[in-house]
Amino acid sequence: MPEGAEVVREIVERYERDDGMLIPMMQDLQAEFGHLPPDRLRDLAFCLEIPLTRIYGVATFYSSFRLAPKGQHEVTLCVGTVCHLKGAGEISEAICREFDVEAGGTTPDRLFSFQPVNCVGACALAPVMIVDGKYYDGVTPASALEILQGLPAEGEESQSEDES
Amino acid sequence: MTARKRKRLKTAADLKKLRRKIEGERDSEAKCVRVCVGTGCAAKGANRIYEQFLQAAEESSSVKVETKCTGCHGFCERGPIVVVDPGGILYVGVEEADVEEIWRETVLGDRVVKRLLYTDPSTEQVCRTAEEIPFYKSQQRIVLAGNGVLDPTRIEDYIAAGGYSALAGAVESMKPEDVLNEVERSGLRGRGGGGFPTARKWRSCRDARGRIKYVICNGDEGDPGAFMDRSIMEGNPHCVIEGMIIGAYAIGAKQGYIYVRNEYPLAVTHLTKAVAQAREYGLLGDRILGSKHSFDIRINRGGGAFVCGESTALMASLEGRVGEPRAKYVHTVESGLRERPTDLNNVETWANIPAIIKNGGDWFASVGTENSKGTKVFSLVGKVTNTGLVEVPMGMTLRRIVEEIGGGVRGGKAFKAVQTGGPSGGCIPAEHLDTPVDFDELTRLGSMMGSGGMIVMDEDTCMVNIAQYFIRFLKDESCGKCTPCREGLAQMLDIFDRITRGEGKAGDIDTLTELGALLEGAALCALGKTAAYPVLSTIRYFRDEYEKHIEEQRCPAKVCRGLFIYEINADACKACGICKKNCPVDAIVGEKKQPHSIVQEKCTKCGTCFDKCPFDAVIKV
Repeated sequence: MPEGAEVVREIVERYERDDGMLIPMMQDLQAEFGHLPPDRLRDLAFCLEIPLTRIYGVATFYSSFRLAPKGQHEVTLCVGTVCHLKGAGEISEAICREFDVEAGGTTPDRLFSFQPVNCVGACALAPVMIVDGKYYDGVTPASALEILQGLPAEGEESQSEDES
Repeated sequence: MTARKRKRLKTAADLKKLRRKIEGERDSEAKCVRVCVGTGCAAKGANRIYEQFLQAAEESSSVKVETKCTGCHGFCERGPIVVVDPGGILYVGVEEADVEEIWRETVLGDRVVKRLLYTDPSTEQVCRTAEEIPFYKSQQRIVLAGNGVLDPTRIEDYIAAGGYSALAGAVESMKPEDVLNEVERSGLRGRGGGGFPTARKWRSCRDARGRIKYVICNGDEGDPGAFMDRSIMEGNPHCVIEGMIIGAYAIGAKQGYIYVRNEYPLAVTHLTKAVAQAREYGLLGDRILGSKHSFDIRINRGGGAFVCGESTALMASLEGRVGEPRAKYVHTVESGLRERPTDLNNVETWANIPAIIKNGGDWFASVGTENSKGTKVFSLVGKVTNTGLVEVPMGMTLRRIVEEIGGGVRGGKAFKAVQTGGPSGGCIPAEHLDTPVDFDELTRLGSMMGSGGMIVMDEDTCMVNIAQYFIRFLKDESCGKCTPCREGLAQMLDIFDRITRGEGKAGDIDTLTELGALLEGAALCALGKTAAYPVLSTIRYFRDEYEKHIEEQRCPAKVCRGLFIYEINADACKACGICKKNCPVDAIVGEKKQPHSIVQEKCTKCGTCFDKCPFDAVIKV
């Protein structure tokens, strides 16, 4: 796909072909495509004249890089110390169980990607969940499920059991 | 103030002129509404509140009102926070619906809206200003002085408050050696965790061989439960930048980097803006303020790896590589980024520099204890009443921080421990609450200062579970380069998993202690060397909890699943059926109007019934 390769070339030029700027380049690439498509990583290796293994090494080492496409929505759950103390572990379990999703994975219906992270630095709000950039404070397992069940989906949705 | 055209400042006198001009344009009579839009307040809708005030100000013709977005005030517990000047009337927990009343009463009518003021729960005293609130009373703000006052997105606000005058003074009338001496006299030690004397680091870097040198600001604040650096970068980015320019002048560096954590988008936005504005005024770039000092800063976002807070791993990351640390027999001040002499300091360290240069090293050294000078910012979090950001002089006791400023433990529960120093720190029990907080005292107690997280734990916290949490965290974040850290942490976690399942064995505590000592002695970097501290300190102070888990298969705090069961108290149960309806595994039985009960064989101990029961009839036994 020449179009995708063109995007890669443009990003590489943005950083003056300096391979020391590999991480910002990959961040830009991910911002462009939502994840890091294998073909584009190959383009990147070709443009920078560096081995593809080095790029994969970086892509798999840092947790913010994603090799698979993300879901329709982005759900981040803080599991920092304070959120842990206040029950983030149970919230994470409840989400995984209810939506059949793994930490770091995407629901089978691609409704959302679920990413637990080590502290978003908003401890006064603990436990915190962030959905598409919106912060929810004082979340409980029940309220988290309610929020996620209310997410607008394009396809079919899972059964809802709201009571309030 | 509308957007102004920023002209390059050619001399220090130009800066003074600009400052006078900005001050002159200000209407001293004008009222000012300051809305905190730090991450905490923003999450509770502060941006909408700001927009409403802005709109009200634009529509108002009778009075001139300035509206300002500011960084974090620190009192995150009671956000969103709105302050009205003159008078510094501080409102807490403001909602969109309150804007109209504040505007009408306070801004236009000079009357106070009493219901939005902070009331001290212990004395019932109503506080009008920050100074009257116990949370702020005992604090001393050097680093956070501009937070909550300045608009972080307008360099003019910083300049009007005397910003960049320390830099001007340094390049105009101080030699690099004078700057070094001043920092040395201040006794400033690194705020990132190690507590290494800043001046010594600078001097080594300056004296190192090589023409090209770098300075780095470490903003990869990875410790969970810590957000000091985030708030500084978001709330007052220019003080960090000014500190770096001064440091670079002393060291002889021309290029600087700020490495910011990926999870802090607002900090990246504000820093990027601040760097661009500083460039427009020529405060970054060639020949700063007409001097021979040239310096520029680039901002890099981290990739989401805790280990990159370690200096050599951070530099590897800046070079576009995997963030693996290296052994430090050659110091980074001699061979760091791209094998050039590199000085790396933490955000808070840099933020202290302008005040030190402006007020002198002796002034700074007059605050604090014998070997720990100045103030320290802590993020006081966990099971404490007033969660937030506090800045106190070094040497204040833990008790004053937790009880006086923090308002004690939340919900009247008993205090159990305070965890300091992040995942590499330790837990300090109640009997040591009167310890003065400084670098050396905390180390003596088996914990450390770290970057300044302070997590309060109450009686409902299981110390074994907390140690397990940190070990799991560090095992996940271990880069895997050296064997002790990679394998040792996996083994420790394995033992913890057994203990918290009720399968602990005699000798487990000894094995954990041994593994801890091995890590400390043999791991490559600070992450591994200190990884066992949470374990060692909890064993030291809470050994009985470990023993109860291992010998009696009991979790005294009833946190470790499997070491307690849920039951329904028949007397309290109103047979409402909520637990039964919500149980994911249908383990709850009971007819209508009859107290319900839990079938233990089916129960997975997920705790849903415990959370859902409106009558607290579900109990842990």
